[in-house]
Amino acid sequence: MTRRLSAILVALLFATPAMGQNAPAAAKAKAASPEIPFDSAPNFLKLPPGLYMGEGTGVATNSKGHVFVFTRSGETRLFEFDQNGTFVKEFGVGSYGFAFAHAVRVDKDDNVWAVDEGTNVIQKFTPDGKLLMVLGKRPDPLEQTVMLPGGGQYSGANRPYSFHRPTDIAWDPQGNIFISDGYGDSRVVKYDKNGRFVKSVGTRGNGPLQFSTPHAIAVDAKGLVYVADRGNSRMIILDNDLNQKAVWDTIGAPWAVCISQGPHQYIYSSNSFATGNNFDSAATTGEIYKMELDGTVLGHFGKSGHGFKEFSSVHQMDCRNPDELYVAEITQWRVQKLTLHPAASRSTGGR
Amino acid sequence: MKRIASFVMASGAVALGAALFAQSVPEINFDANADIINLPSYGEVAGVATNSRGNVFVYARTGHAVATLGDERTFYHGGSRLFQFDQSGKFVKELGQGVYAVNFAQQVRVDPQDNIWIVDAGSNQVVKFDPEGRYQLVLGRKGENIGVRPGAGVPASVPDAAARGAAAPEGGRGGGGGGRGGGGNPGAGINGDSFNRPSDVTWDRAGNVYVADGYGTNNRIAKFTKDGNFVKTWGHTGSAQGQFNQIRGIAADAAGNIYVADAGNKRIQVFDGEGTFKSQITNVGTPQAICISGGSPQYLFASNSNDAESLEHGEIYKLQLGGQVVGKFGKAGKLPKEFGMVNAIDCRTENDLWVGEIWNWRAQKVTLKK
Repeated sequence: MTRRLSAILVALLFATPAMGQNAPAAAKAKAASPEIPFDSAPNFLKLPPGLYMGEGTGVATNSKGHVFVFTRSGETRLFEFDQNGTFVKEFGVGSYGFAFAHAVRVDKDDNVWAVDEGTNVIQKFTPDGKLLMVLGKRPDPLEQTVMLPGGGQYSGANRPYSFHRPTDIAWDPQGNIFISDGYGDSRVVKYDKNGRFVKSVGTRGNGPLQFSTPHAIAVDAKGLVYVADRGNSRMIILDNDLNQKAVWDTIGAPWAVCISQGPHQYIYSSNSFATGNNFDSAATTGEIYKMELDGTVLGHFGKSGHGFKEFSSVHQMDCRNPDELYVAEITQWRVQKLTLHPAASRSTGGR
Repeated sequence: MKRIASFVMASGAVALGAALFAQSVPEINFDANADIINLPSYGEVAGVATNSRGNVFVYARTGHAVATLGDERTFYHGGSRLFQFDQSGKFVKELGQGVYAVNFAQQVRVDPQDNIWIVDAGSNQVVKFDPEGRYQLVLGRKGENIGVRPGAGVPASVPDAAARGAAAPEGGRGGGGGGRGGGGNPGAGINGDSFNRPSDVTWDRAGNVYVADGYGTNNRIAKFTKDGNFVKTWGHTGSAQGQFNQIRGIAADAAGNIYVADAGNKRIQVFDGEGTFKSQITNVGTPQAICISGGSPQYLFASNSNDAESLEHGEIYKLQLGGQVVGKFGKAGKLPKEFGMVNAIDCRTENDLWVGEIWNWRAQKVTLKK
């Protein structure tokens, strides 16, 4: 045991010299010239609490002896200290031209020039820190996004304990957990109340027990599971063991679904205006349906639009109280609180 | 030989004509002050605009666009900020900190009710804030993530797909960003607010909203009601009347005529509010920023901005609304009173202007003198 340990130690000791085998020979002048003694002021720079040095890539002084430090910290930053190392100020806080520090220089007029190799920008500051000139132009970030990974496409991986862009969650009265999953999978996953995997159903498609973006999910007091199969413009109803029981296909594309509480539960489904679509489709989308749990449509309300009492891509609803709904919208950044007056419902002439 | 000679002569005549034209445009005396506004964080000034109280709004590309790693997809945040200053240049506040749409500043405008509108080419959105900085309206939608792999969703071969930052939209059906057309003319965009690097916004007297769309491949004007609901769109890629090649700015006069800076075609096209072509102005170089002054009569200002790799041009033209050039001022450069890639002009009166410069990271107050 001891021998093995010492073997490791020996190996470690020899590792460094071995790595130095390609080091250049000592400079000839080293042996031919005297060594100059020197001291160093420890901790010369006194950074205020909360400011930290990163990689020290640039340092320069001005005519008053002030010291400018250009450092790759969490962000690249440019600090000024006085001749005693006392912090004076920071230059260009949050500047577009600070991403990866490289060098700082002070000209004869005490202007401070910062060379940033991240942004390809050189900034000239007055001694007071005001920006005087910019050389170079930062590459257009929009042109560079092509280099970034990840579109998150459909995988159908169907893993027991991993999701792929999941969309919604619901619980039955026993506390079992139902998850719609989602964009990258096309399934419903059931866990018990302790999070143990029970079952998953669904693949991508438009047949029985298939989904195309299951986007929302709700469970009623009897444990039936309602899956908003948005891409197929239908609601799929599953029993508690995830067997398919019914399909509703007359309520448009269900983006959001909720079930009210109380002895008589209702289910609401939003046929939301799809973002990014032709606005012509606004005329045929946007309304929210109120239904019995057997699928009987009791009525609808609302239409697409950005205005007050209009719905701009409803993405989720709360209907704890069946006459008091909260709706969250994607493309008009808001939540509307709605009060329904079902007793005053009127026919819309079958439209 | 004779033909060559006449060709040379013709070329000479053209050059001479251009020189004569250049000489015939009067220089307007002006002052410029680059020291009024000191940005809280420096960056490319894409937009500058004033409200009725003389407050100045600057929309700048500053800080960093951030890609969030460790997620299913790569999300995109930050990269620009919107600042408000009083008329003496004192910093008042920042608007829209951390707002989802604030990614790549393209323009800011203040409407007649002092609402502040930002146009963002990164999120492909136009957002209206009330004078206190609360949202009033959101147009367009930001791509959910950036970086588009080949496969389902947007084919990688779609030009400009990544620049749009658009992937499969929420819902996965229909179009993502613009640029893929709606089955109509190429580069016409779809009937809606799927912008492709929008560049500017303006309004008519009724409050209808006109979005210049834009730097990408849509090459169209999209019109909305004051509530933000889609009315119509006109234009597609091309050089004929009513067609566009990179729209960099838009402005409306008091009569509701719409002036469109059709940069790639080196002209300003004028339409009525329904998109019917009326006329075009072709003697102002490559119009990047345009502005129509308040007061009566109104004047049109247009910047023939330099590009990122030259110190050529840079002058700003003052025109009558009919297109007659009154004069010009300024040139490209990095010094005070010079202009570096002017992307914004605010002209509340015909003599009091603000210009925003992408190259020089500043907003200058410009005063024209008789």
